[in-house]
Amino acid sequence: MNKNIDILENPALKLENLYIAYGKTDKYAVRDVSATIKKNAITAIMGPSGCGKSTLLRAINRMHQLYPDVKTQGNIYLNEKDITKMSAIHLRRKIGMVFQRPNPFPTMSIYDNVVAGYKLNGIRMKKNERDAIVEQSLISVGLWNEVKDSLRKKGTFLSGGQQQRLCIARAIAFKPDVILLDEPTSALDPIATSKVEDLLVQLKKDYTIVLVTHNMSQAARISDYSMFMYLGDLVEYGKTKMMFTNPRDKKTEEYLTGKFG
Amino acid sequence: MGQKNNKKMETLKLKDNSAYRTSKDKVFLVGVIIVSIITISPIVLIIGKLVWEGIGQINFSFFTETTPSTFEAMTAVANNEVIPGGIVNGILGTLLIVGLASVIAIPIGILVGLFLYENQQSRYAGLIRSLSDILQGVPSIVLGLIAYLWVVKNIVHGYSALAGSVALAIMMLPLIIRSTEETMKMIPETLKEAALALGVPYYKVIARVLIPSGFSGLATGILLSVSRILGETAPLMLTTLGNPMVNWDITAPTSAVPLLIWNFYNDPNMLSLIWSSSLFLMGFVLTLNIISKRIVAKI
Ligand SMILES: Nc1ncnc2c1ncn2[C@@H]1O[C@H](COP(=O)(O)OP(=O)(O)OP(=O)(O)O)[C@@H](O)[C@H]1O
Ligand SMILES: [Mg+2]
Repeated sequence: MNKNIDILENPALKLENLYIAYGKTDKYAVRDVSATIKKNAITAIMGPSGCGKSTLLRAINRMHQLYPDVKTQGNIYLNEKDITKMSAIHLRRKIGMVFQRPNPFPTMSIYDNVVAGYKLNGIRMKKNERDAIVEQSLISVGLWNEVKDSLRKKGTFLSGGQQQRLCIARAIAFKPDVILLDEPTSALDPIATSKVEDLLVQLKKDYTIVLVTHNMSQAARISDYSMFMYLGDLVEYGKTKMMFTNPRDKKTEEYLTGKFG
Repeated sequence: MGQKNNKKMETLKLKDNSAYRTSKDKVFLVGVIIVSIITISPIVLIIGKLVWEGIGQINFSFFTETTPSTFEAMTAVANNEVIPGGIVNGILGTLLIVGLASVIAIPIGILVGLFLYENQQSRYAGLIRSLSDILQGVPSIVLGLIAYLWVVKNIVHGYSALAGSVALAIMMLPLIIRSTEETMKMIPETLKEAALALGVPYYKVIARVLIPSGFSGLATGILLSVSRILGETAPLMLTTLGNPMVNWDITAPTSAVPLLIWNFYNDPNMLSLIWSSSLFLMGFVLTLNIISKRIVAKI
């Protein structure tokens, strides 16, 4: 069954018959997911808790490979290239990730957090280049004015929302193609949330964004495409507007109308 | 109606209960006070005794001069004077031996600790973990014998600071291994993932994220292991032997503060030096302990 929207022309990401299981059991956390993800758009992954959203997202930058128990089958292509044929290091520089809880490096200043990707990888550059990257990244996450006088302070001194935007700055400082976000606003208050949402809409002109969210209205507000997952299956995938106004699958409709979730 | 009755009953019961509870609290409080006095008194008595007996002997020369000869001490005691000389050979010897032991034990201990952390589940790691625990239980005199056989007999061919350092390093290892592993386990997994998600190779994640983040934990473990071995005497008797002079040669016999205390104990003329040296050693260990507590509090 093709649950997919029309096959996109040169998609940013292409998932092909993806199966992911934790441990040796045949219980798949993600089952036979195929999808193409559009460039310069926000694609939301929705679904009830435990349906495999994070699992799917973490397959895209091969985070699972850290844990030998996680078995992944199927293919993922980034710009038509098989991600298993790239080095994980190269891949992760092309695909940034933002986590559910803000996790700036506690030993680093705000400044160093932004360029952490360069610093930790030992990539040398001139100071003015680095300054420019820090400024640009912080401007694009709307944090520059708030922190420009305290760049030397520890990143962990910021508020939760600021920390999360710092983490987004850290991800985009590396100029990736794709940014993966796993419920980036679930630990934030409504104001901080709306700032992050505005930011994501801003960012999509330069980046492809894949966003896991628990929050349907968030998906409705900012995403262009939505996936609905249920018990590891990709139940429905399509333009967000279409899905919210006219869901094709009964399960999707029940979820969107709050019958479960 | 029924409900009202129930409520009255409950409040009544609560009153009873609270009287009972206050008395129970009081008994408990008295118990706690007694137990704490029992726990605290030895340390207070020890420090009191050391200060009382030892402080008179602590002066500038105590830290700058080597140990006096029996004859000098005897003359001083006979004339009711402060014993001349000091324990600088012991202090510098201790620094040399312990420093060298740290140089050996810290890198090995941290590497093994990291290995255990990285391979939590593996059977090999479990084996190493148990061996390290067993090592912790080996009597220090036995480690002294081993170092004697290895280093004194076969490597340096003589008593030496190096031999003592090997024995002490073996004592430090289990402590550093454990504290490294525990510290690493405390670091949130998300931090590691954050670094890996930036395309940082694994070994750089360890060196540049995990170790700096766990720095205070590692430092605490190291300080505690150092303070643990500072007072070790038995293994040093079999390995470094002692030296009346200041010695910086790691292949030569070397003095150490606990060795000096033992020597003083065996020389009736030097009795008061026992107390001042012990006071010094105690102060040193206590300082290290306090510093490491401070570091922990700062996290
Ligand atoms: N580390 C793990 N080990 C074993 N099973 C796991 C692990 N992580 C997730 N799972 C299982 O895989 C399934 C999918 O989990 P996943 O975390 O992807 O869900 P999710 O959709 O992100 O949920 P949530 O919205 O609560 O974050 C769940 O059944 C979960 O129990
Ligand atoms: Mg999740």
